[in-house]
Amino acid sequence: MFENIGLWVSYFWDLTKDFLLDAETPGHKLALMVVAVLLFVIVMGAILLAVDRPKHVPNWVVTLGFAGPAVLALGFGLVYPALRTTYESFFNRNGTEFIGLDNYVTAFTQESFQIVLRNTALWVLLVPTLATFIGLVYAVLVDKTRFEKAAKALIFLPMAISLVGASIIWRFVYEFRDAARPQTGLANQLLVWLGLEPYQFLINQPLNNVFLIAVLIWIQAGFAMTILSAAIKAIPDDIVEAATLDGLKGMQMFRYITVPSIRPALVVVITTIAMTTLKVFDIVRTMTGGNFGTSVVANEFYAQSFVQGNAGMGAALAVILFLIVIPVVIYNVRQLRLSEEIR
Amino acid sequence: MTTNPAPPQAFDKKTRGEVDGGAPPGMGKGIDQRADKARKKLSSPWASGIAIVIAILWTVPTFGLFVTSFRPVQDIRANGWWNFFGSPSVTLDNYRSVLFEGDQPLAQYVLNSVVVTIPAVIIPISIALLAAYAFAWIDFKGRSVLFVAVFALQIIPIQITMIPLLTQYVQWDLAGSFWAVWLSHSIFALPLAIFLLHNFMKDIPPSLVEAARVDGAGHVQIFFRVLMPLLVPAVAAFAIFQFLWVWNDLLVALVFGSQQQVSPLTVRLATLAGDRGETWHLLSSGAFVAMVVPVVVFLALQRYFVRGLLAGSVKG
Repeated sequence: MFENIGLWVSYFWDLTKDFLLDAETPGHKLALMVVAVLLFVIVMGAILLAVDRPKHVPNWVVTLGFAGPAVLALGFGLVYPALRTTYESFFNRNGTEFIGLDNYVTAFTQESFQIVLRNTALWVLLVPTLATFIGLVYAVLVDKTRFEKAAKALIFLPMAISLVGASIIWRFVYEFRDAARPQTGLANQLLVWLGLEPYQFLINQPLNNVFLIAVLIWIQAGFAMTILSAAIKAIPDDIVEAATLDGLKGMQMFRYITVPSIRPALVVVITTIAMTTLKVFDIVRTMTGGNFGTSVVANEFYAQSFVQGNAGMGAALAVILFLIVIPVVIYNVRQLRLSEEIR
Repeated sequence: MTTNPAPPQAFDKKTRGEVDGGAPPGMGKGIDQRADKARKKLSSPWASGIAIVIAILWTVPTFGLFVTSFRPVQDIRANGWWNFFGSPSVTLDNYRSVLFEGDQPLAQYVLNSVVVTIPAVIIPISIALLAAYAFAWIDFKGRSVLFVAVFALQIIPIQITMIPLLTQYVQWDLAGSFWAVWLSHSIFALPLAIFLLHNFMKDIPPSLVEAARVDGAGHVQIFFRVLMPLLVPAVAAFAIFQFLWVWNDLLVALVFGSQQQVSPLTVRLATLAGDRGETWHLLSSGAFVAMVVPVVVFLALQRYFVRGLLAGSVKG
């Protein structure tokens, strides 16, 4: 019986393999897409149909039908690979020889990797704080003004575009040309207008890191603004009124009422952006390719794993990335607990 | 509001250009106060100054590239985009050449992006909906432990999964096909999707579910008849998230689908950007080709997106 099923599957596979794997023409690609969705719907439908008989089917089968696919996918695609990568990080570049902690030692002692770690630290300090600060200031400034909606949309829009697109936008701003030629990059044109020499924004170390970081701040500020704006609107009116009666104005109001009231939201925003920042590699890759001392852990992971072919080192960098995320998460959970206790 | 929306809107439009005295009789006190406050805010020069500076910094870079994408190649090479306003000359040539000319026209990658994105949105949402239902409304042993585990998986950086996953795909002969990309995107989306949809499902009054159960409905019926209609906004919210994420993704596409017949727009753009030399006429138009779809989706469905954002991070 089971042999038969196996035979059928392999027969079906041979028949459809070319169609399923080698889509080259537009029509073929679209057809494949439709087939994939249909196939998925049929499989899920079959599972649901099988468990759709209350009283006849035991509870655990129903549970399996609902949660099974997700648990299976997560086990296969997240849990197992994560453990596997951790294991592989103790091996050499092609996974043939156990070398203990050597990859980690290299990562923390070799100068080129130390620069990578330093840059990552810089990113994870600057992006969350500045993006949150700008988002907060802007949210407060445009709150309840006539242009609130439009003003928010302006800041918000960068969130919709890809990091690659944003990197191209900013590379164009930073574009450098010899002082003898007319500038095409806005940043350098501004310098020229001010009577200064054009500057190699993306090449001159170590400040070039800051100019890359600015791109992610530009993207994340919209996220911060949205969450914080909602939090500000949720501050009870009586608190604001009482403070106004007490004579609080402008900066004082901001400092003593707004910020403390939205503290939990602030923590969430900062930690969320910090976690995003750690994983971002698109900006570095598109703008400098990790050259000129701008690489970060996420970019170095890609370079080591898929360009240099050093699987062991790549795995170690991925694990390091994971290890840096953990304190951020712990801080997040702690702060949330704290704020719940206060309430 | 829904019963009589016209008058306030008209009032709003009328007063926008005027200075004062446009307040019609009988308008609510709230609107007056709001207007007062707005005027107060705007009269503080520092506040509006800072807001304007931020708004300019956030729009001018994009605007500059946008203008550039419509300038003739020789103009782009000759001087900066701000010169456009001195001697405007508009062309669509950049778009034509980036989309249809050369040995790797961008149009092909637009198609790849569409083919990659649609299943990568539908599949994880469906799987996550079912799992979220199980975690919210089916009683089983170890439910809370399993849910916390799924929730915790959110913090795993996807980088850590990539080498073993790729090895697996190679073994299964899937590497370099759309399947590898679809599967990876679906898996990576699950933890957040399950968490978000679970939160929304928990907000549905238990009495509704109980009533259906008393009527003899099984879990499948409850799921489709009672919960799904109420979950449309939540599904929309996550669908937009996932759509933007997949469409804009570079890492997953590079690792699992870098072959020309599979790779999406972002991969091609990153390659274009990597080529040295002055190809700004292609880069600028290419960037906007890639941006137009997510921006339109985003603007059209912004309401859902914001709701999703708030549910995702504030409830945390």
